[in-house]
Amino acid sequence: MTATAAASTAGSSTNVPLLQADGVTMRFGGLTAVNNVSMTVNEGEILGLIGPNGAGKTTFFNCLTGLYKPTEGQVRLAGVDLPPKPRAVVRAGMARTFQNIRLFANMTALENVMVGRYCRTSSGALTSILHGPKFRREEKETRTRAQELLDFVGLGDSTEHLARNMPYGNQRRLEIARALATDPKLVLLDEPTAGMNPLETRQASDLIFKIRDTGLAVVVIEHDMRFIFGVCDRVLCLVRGETLVEGTPEEVQSDPRVIEAYIGTATDEDDADKAEAGAGHNSDAGKGSAANDAEDS
Amino acid sequence: MRIPNIPLSFVTRHGSKAWPLGLTGAGMLIIGSLLSWSYDAQVLGNLSISFNPGGLQRLAIALALFAVVFLLASKGPLVRLGQWADTALGLRALATWTLLFMTLVVVAITVEAGGLINVQPGGWVSFLGAMVLFAASRLVMPTETRDLAEAVLPGWVEILVIVVIMAGLLFGAAYALSLDDAWAFVLFLVFVTGMAVAATRAGLLSWLGHVTARHKRVLILASFAVAFTFPLTQGGSDANMSIASQVLVFAAAAMGLNIVVGLAGLLDLGYIAFLGAGAYVGAALSTSGFATIGWKPPFIVVVLVAGCFSATLGLIIGSPTLRVNGDYLAIVTLGFGEIFRLTMFNLDGNNGPDLTHGPNGIPAIPDLSFGSFNFGDTHVLLGIPLARFSNYYFLLLLLMAFIIMVFHRLNTSRIGRGWVAIREDEKAAEAMGVNIFGLKILAFVIGAFLAGMAGAIKAHQDVSVTPDQYIFLESAFLLAAIVLGGMGTIVGVLVGAVILKLLPEKLRFFADYRLLLFGLLLVLMMRFRPEGLVASRRRQLEFHEEDEELAIRAEGDIAEKVQA
Ligand SMILES: Nc1ncnc2c1ncn2[C@@H]1O[C@H](COP(=O)(O)OP(=O)(O)OP(=O)(O)O)[C@@H](O)[C@H]1O
Ligand SMILES: [Mg+2]
Repeated sequence: MTATAAASTAGSSTNVPLLQADGVTMRFGGLTAVNNVSMTVNEGEILGLIGPNGAGKTTFFNCLTGLYKPTEGQVRLAGVDLPPKPRAVVRAGMARTFQNIRLFANMTALENVMVGRYCRTSSGALTSILHGPKFRREEKETRTRAQELLDFVGLGDSTEHLARNMPYGNQRRLEIARALATDPKLVLLDEPTAGMNPLETRQASDLIFKIRDTGLAVVVIEHDMRFIFGVCDRVLCLVRGETLVEGTPEEVQSDPRVIEAYIGTATDEDDADKAEAGAGHNSDAGKGSAANDAEDS
Repeated sequence: MRIPNIPLSFVTRHGSKAWPLGLTGAGMLIIGSLLSWSYDAQVLGNLSISFNPGGLQRLAIALALFAVVFLLASKGPLVRLGQWADTALGLRALATWTLLFMTLVVVAITVEAGGLINVQPGGWVSFLGAMVLFAASRLVMPTETRDLAEAVLPGWVEILVIVVIMAGLLFGAAYALSLDDAWAFVLFLVFVTGMAVAATRAGLLSWLGHVTARHKRVLILASFAVAFTFPLTQGGSDANMSIASQVLVFAAAAMGLNIVVGLAGLLDLGYIAFLGAGAYVGAALSTSGFATIGWKPPFIVVVLVAGCFSATLGLIIGSPTLRVNGDYLAIVTLGFGEIFRLTMFNLDGNNGPDLTHGPNGIPAIPDLSFGSFNFGDTHVLLGIPLARFSNYYFLLLLLMAFIIMVFHRLNTSRIGRGWVAIREDEKAAEAMGVNIFGLKILAFVIGAFLAGMAGAIKAHQDVSVTPDQYIFLESAFLLAAIVLGGMGTIVGVLVGAVILKLLPEKLRFFADYRLLLFGLLLVLMMRFRPEGLVASRRRQLEFHEEDEELAIRAEGDIAEKVQA
């Protein structure tokens, strides 16, 4: 994908830090959604971000990508400070997908991905109006690259479909293709398998490996533990906005605090499902969640 | 117009009678139209001479012939056409509008000539024919049709179709402008609408869409050929050319606003101020004795200066307001429109520098002249004298072509994609690295620039520039033209602009109710067809978010555009 494609080999990550988030804190009025969270992502690494509903995972992503301006803390990508501006973040090489899919519904799959190329192209109004050589070249490149990416995520046949007409699983892939179109060094995936069936989930983990194999680092938020522990090199668990544990899947999996956080929260599957379906933050986020709920409504 | 369907059992029992009944109705309509319709030779053009049909009678014959085509396509020699076109739906719509047409004819003769007694037997025969046709059309069974997108004729036939239709448009436009009588004009509108609705229902219009997509060059060439030929149809009369050139200024401004509203999705309620700013620049830099600025550059430079001046105003208004999202822009632009007018009103030397002569404006702006070609003179082309307004018409046509090109090319570029993305989901677009603010201000500034250019020409065409030409109502009309015609489309906005500018010129009698009627029209549009007369597919989907079926149908069209 990028020139650094050869930088990593499958299954192993280097120890060169790519993303460094330091003491990120996000407060909404009285509610501290993310509290002093630090995270390092190495090049070619797949990092899992887990935590009960309302733990602040999505908010943390929003802070990283500049959609929210963190109250405190600092984000560095490849050694460079990132301002909390989405455009600057994307240009620096960090792209994301959304928990509740946010595609351009009335654009075709190809167009959606072409929009992703926006930040890597620069044809202005004048060359667009005059159909200058730069315009033609960029337009052709954009199209070819978008098609390549659709093929890459397995949507090569759906080029001409409107995003809104596509099945759910394909919409998730399309969002990933759109994120990849920005030529990122790091992609942040927010619950990429939510609502998928087991087969689609397996395809999603294959896709994540495939992305990593092209030399990118991936951070993925998930509630599906089997998925997380199968895919990630390292896992970070957030609870009530704070880092609870960080370590290899094995370490995190067996950590009593994690088990407690989850057992004390999603005691039964029903509850978790409801929350995942976007029914709001249920009472499954432990004691602290009562406050969250109040803040939320 | 939807008329409740009659019970299916009735249709199946009497369906076989539809065909002979329909032909009878169409035949009666034609025969009646060949006879005299009215005793009074003075009303509605002359409809009183048998076997010499007047204008309206020819229209009735055309409607009848179209109905015959539908009938022969459903059963008869044209059955191959029937495989593709939905003849039943087409015939229904056509018959309904034909009946409306004939009813209005009878009413018109009654009103104009003073009494029902003035309707001649020919008129009644035609009216009865329309009723019979209407009854027959209700009995026609709907048929299965194939997808018209697959109907491909030999290339030259398709090109011929485009040429014929364009010629029809030219002829129709010249004819419409030549109608002095309001009733005749309304009837002509009913005729055109009926034909268009019938063609749409039958699917012919969507087929035409595919054909024009296949022969884009031919279409563009033919359109401009028609537009350029139009003054030649006027036989030297400048009266209609005055209207036509005003329509063009209005349409050019509407097309510029269409970039702001239709493409970027920004609501600009003070757009006329940019046109006004251009006009004032044009006037102030003209060689008028009342011009306030000494510098007299060539007109090309004036046009560019006017564009840049308007664009700068756009930048000043836009840069603070476009940063915040929401409806602030609408409010600020609304205020800006008023501020502009008041400023022009007050820059009269008493309250500030004398730049505009206040309410008196800048009069006596001389005609343009390029070398020895003076726009005020009459020039002869192909033996047809072309007077002052024809000259401006040609110049405005060039401007129009330029604006359409800017519109189209931006729309199909990276920038256009960015605009769509912003309209669809601003947050997601931002997260993908689209420069939201930059693209919005770009649309705003380009729109202002184009309006400024149009304004500079308008100043010379209007001879004088005064503040009261650039009031909020004009902005509202421009916006109405876009909403009515179809946001984000070229053809739609042209249609909208022509309707909104031509109608009041031709229907002077309703001048008092103009605003009322336009308000009503807009309310009806919002209720029944919010996407406008000629809808952009994407806009249509935005207005009908739940309509899955529409989304499936639109997919092909949108993808076709992307591939192009
Ligand atoms: N814009 C906001 N304003 C106020 N509170 C917010 C805002 N965004 C998030 N929150 C609160 O921050 C907390 C963390 O929410 P967040 O969406 O980040 O959780 P999450 O870990 O992604 O949960 P889930 O697993 O359900 O997606 C919640 O209590 C939520 O109500
Ligand atoms: Mg979340």
